[in-house]
Amino acid sequence: MADSDKTVDNGVNVQALLDARVALESMPEAAKFEWRASCEWKDGTYSHSTVEGYFGLGEQQKHKTIFNFDADHPAVFASEDRGATPVEYVLVGLASCLTAGVAAVAQHRNIQLRSVVATLEGGMDIQGILGMDSDIRNGFDGIKVSYKIDADASQKDIEALVAQSQKRSAVYDIVTNPTNVTVEVN
Amino acid sequence: MSRCLTERAIDHVVLERGEVANSWRTERWDSLRLLTPNWQSRLPGFGYEGEDPDGYRSMPETIAFLDRYAGVISAPVETHTTVTSVTGDDPGFKVSTDQGDWCCRTLVLASGACNIARVPALAEAVPPGIAMLSTMDYRNPDQLDRGGVLVVGASATGTQLADEIHRSGRPVTISIGEHIRAPRVYRGRDIEWWMDAAGVLDERYDEIEDINRARKLPSLQLAGTANRTTLDLNALAGIGVKLIGRLAGINDGKAQFSGSLRNQCALSDLKMGRLLDTIDEWASENGLDSEVEPAHRLDPTAIDDAPPLGMNLNNGEIKTILWATGYYPDYSWLNLPVFDRKGRIRHDGGIVTEVPGMYLMGIQFLRRRKSALMDGVGDDAQDLSAHLSDYLDDPAMS
Repeated sequence: MADSDKTVDNGVNVQALLDARVALESMPEAAKFEWRASCEWKDGTYSHSTVEGYFGLGEQQKHKTIFNFDADHPAVFASEDRGATPVEYVLVGLASCLTAGVAAVAQHRNIQLRSVVATLEGGMDIQGILGMDSDIRNGFDGIKVSYKIDADASQKDIEALVAQSQKRSAVYDIVTNPTNVTVEVN
Repeated sequence: MSRCLTERAIDHVVLERGEVANSWRTERWDSLRLLTPNWQSRLPGFGYEGEDPDGYRSMPETIAFLDRYAGVISAPVETHTTVTSVTGDDPGFKVSTDQGDWCCRTLVLASGACNIARVPALAEAVPPGIAMLSTMDYRNPDQLDRGGVLVVGASATGTQLADEIHRSGRPVTISIGEHIRAPRVYRGRDIEWWMDAAGVLDERYDEIEDINRARKLPSLQLAGTANRTTLDLNALAGIGVKLIGRLAGINDGKAQFSGSLRNQCALSDLKMGRLLDTIDEWASENGLDSEVEPAHRLDPTAIDDAPPLGMNLNNGEIKTILWATGYYPDYSWLNLPVFDRKGRIRHDGGIVTEVPGMYLMGIQFLRRRKSALMDGVGDDAQDLSAHLSDYLDDPAMS
């Protein structure tokens, strides 16, 4: 374990998170969040999504700015490649969630990070989405995440960081467990 | 507690819904042995004196042990007395039972942490052709259909029953969530010996970093096996039990399992590694390295490259689902404002501060890591009986 008297700064305000946990203990309703995105079709497989508002701590909230996401398919799918594919956004979501978790857990455990790099690979047999073989699922047949971490800690402590980050990750949970999805047309 | 109260000449009565050691008599499976060795049952003024200190008590032996203790300390037990309600009664409490009412100035709840088997809500989606039972109802494999069994839960209970049922010729799949792996014997000594000697079991509730987390930890994946073997997931896989992720949903007769199995096992292996590191450090500091076997580490838990994520519950392969998903206490008779939002009693190391004169015992990490063990309840009883005695002497001061 890391020394307790050194100053570690991974840029994570762990105290604020711990304080929030104490505060929410007495008002669990405020812990209910709703995350939102909207998406507009542009042309072909190209769409444009934005993220701005969300609900949390009992009221409507807003990001500092509107975030924009272009999604499309690449040329091998006879598309124009005007953005990342939707499944790549899933990899991005998983990677950034796990990586944020690594930083937060490291801060909490007094471990200074120097660099954290994740590489993700999601395998997919496209016979599924092309409707060629109903035994093959549409989605990934597996996701492999490889971390290269340089930190002020032993190999075991780094492995424990990454394991704890998975345990507490929202996107990891979304990807590894089923979620009910309701799609309506208005 | 009764013994400690007697020592302090505090008049008391022990209410028991059945016979002494009732839950050990009526709520356990036939082959169960305690997870702690015989020597590790040091009760105030009483302990093991037999020939096999390193063995693990069977249920009949456990019942006889507690019966003998009740006799030795002349505990004033009112058997076959079921408490139906407890309310405040200024001063003190009114305890209603099916044998009449009691009034008392102080009250100690020692009714246990494992009264009701926890069965997840998704059990309702299990197809009708499949028999379900909880570990509270399970006695032996003969109760079960011939055919496949899905054991849900891989802590001490789930792993022991998966082993027993699979060996009975019913192919078992075990669904694995959070669990804590531990070797039965490490460096030639029982893991409980190490945790006791190194002070791990004596860690106090008010000195540990996150007591809420510590109180929620699952039990160590141990078994009181005759040959002191380790019963972990590798051992289960070795006899042919299938390892599968946490049961996450059931849809149209299809069970869905989490893709988190690898990380659940990694977390458990890492946690075990830290416990063994603590033990090794303590052994070195205390000059035991030459006396005990050399330090070693267990092989990591072996998981298939792509464990199945789904299972058809309608194809006849699974005949029974056994819920080994934990227990919770029954406080349905307790009419006092002492509960938190999750239905747990708020307390400070067993002292229910909001209701002076009320105490809680025998739950996970009440005052020490060992609080829920037979070996741990004695120290808690000493502490709490001292507090209780002070309270009776001067209710305003404590």
